[in-house]
Amino acid sequence: MDETLLRSLTPGVLGILVRRGADFAAAEDAVQDALVEAVRVWPGDPPRDPKGWLVTVAWRRFLDAARADTARRRREDLVDGEPEPGPASAVDDTLWLYFLCAHPSLTPSSAVALTLRAVGGLTTRQIARAYLVPETTMAQRISRAKRTVSGVRFDRPGDVATVLRVLYLVFNEGYSGDVDLAAEAIRLTRGLAAAVDHPEASGLLALMLLHHARRAARTAPDGALVPLAEQDRGRWDTALIAEGVEVLQAALARDRPGEFQAQAAIAALHADAPTAAETDWVQIVEWYDELVRLTGSPVVRLNRAVAVGEADGPRAGLAALAELDDSLPRHTAVAAYLHERDGDPETAARLYAEAARKATDLAERNHLTRQAARLNTRPGR
Amino acid sequence: MAKYLLLKHYRGAPAAVNDVPMDRWTPEEISAHMRYMNDFAARLEETGEFVDSQALAPEGTFVRYDGEGRPPVTDGPFAETKDLIAGWMVIDVDSHERAVELAGELSAAPGAGGRPIHEWLELRPFLGAAPTITE
Repeated sequence: MDETLLRSLTPGVLGILVRRGADFAAAEDAVQDALVEAVRVWPGDPPRDPKGWLVTVAWRRFLDAARADTARRRREDLVDGEPEPGPASAVDDTLWLYFLCAHPSLTPSSAVALTLRAVGGLTTRQIARAYLVPETTMAQRISRAKRTVSGVRFDRPGDVATVLRVLYLVFNEGYSGDVDLAAEAIRLTRGLAAAVDHPEASGLLALMLLHHARRAARTAPDGALVPLAEQDRGRWDTALIAEGVEVLQAALARDRPGEFQAQAAIAALHADAPTAAETDWVQIVEWYDELVRLTGSPVVRLNRAVAVGEADGPRAGLAALAELDDSLPRHTAVAAYLHERDGDPETAARLYAEAARKATDLAERNHLTRQAARLNTRPGR
Repeated sequence: MAKYLLLKHYRGAPAAVNDVPMDRWTPEEISAHMRYMNDFAARLEETGEFVDSQALAPEGTFVRYDGEGRPPVTDGPFAETKDLIAGWMVIDVDSHERAVELAGELSAAPGAGGRPIHEWLELRPFLGAAPTITE
């Protein structure tokens, strides 16, 4: 059974239940039950109409739960409030769900968890494993998130940017469990880009595809981080790169610039270089200038300093770096790199070791420690 | 989304404000303390921020490899060890500020006289997963 196909039906089924009058939280539980049931039953007895099957089973689950709930409410003498908000038509189902699950009233971790379950159709256990927390904790995080957004109404379209931020987090900040979060993020972003006419949704999709293309080359067999310049470019996925570039070009042609399009453009320039030495750093610096204009982000300025170091030499990079707050994450690592390129291995070794102590993830720390060790044990020292 | 370790020390942390050893508390005060800790963990489970909580025995043994075919060498416990971990709680939160806030709440657990211990807890971030997009 194709579980991805099954999960891709989730938003549509959920939308139908909500449009029939089910409240979001109860409908979401019912759909989750139906998905679990499908995984159990389908391999032996595949339905002719998978979506229809899911709707029937989920609706039955919802009615059973609602009946039990009504009995309880009657005992507690509660009056049912206003009708639940929901999508106006099937066309809006998917979009409405994306907006709801990324609602600004949710914390980032809640929005991520709710999106993966309600839009992605993942089970609570899968999400818990992906983020290394107990299943009970993740179940509570999701049910709190559902309570938070219950009653949210969309009289105007939501802000696509909030959804993009959540999908970016799913792609960029997860552990690797049995669920491939990067692939899941790409699937969800594809769904969003298809449902909404927004160049930044395409920009994010292109960014993910272009980075995903490098996945096989990014880690050594022992799990160590391989920096971009040292990656075996023959192992990059050319099909993903081609798709990413195509999606990006179509987005850029719309002439509505945005940060994800700019980031994707930088990734595309790297993808375009047959060797690290042939990288078009001058154009990359121009895109970083654009990103600085768009975001003003200090992290972007830091990455720009690296690019300036490649385009105009390490001295220019160090000068760009000198204008930035040295408490920025990875500032010390960048300084180490530029000092080594500038022919000062003593300073570089000291800074690499200092950067390793400040690293916030293990792969980065090990990489920086190895750089310091390489310089400290170099021949002729 | 980041994990933090809240470390509780038997020894090695600065002195608490309400610094009376537990064996000088009344049994009711001990029960109240335990209840507070359990309630705190239960509350974090509800907010979706709880990962793990464990207590450690105060006495441990040092062990090291002693070469091929030989049993490991053991030593200790060392009475003079300056730093001694009593237990931990692991939380998964959205920000460093939230981690500090929760550590502050845990440090308010009641001790002697039913008053908060104001115990110093050590807050240590986990090294997370490497982000994919860094350039």
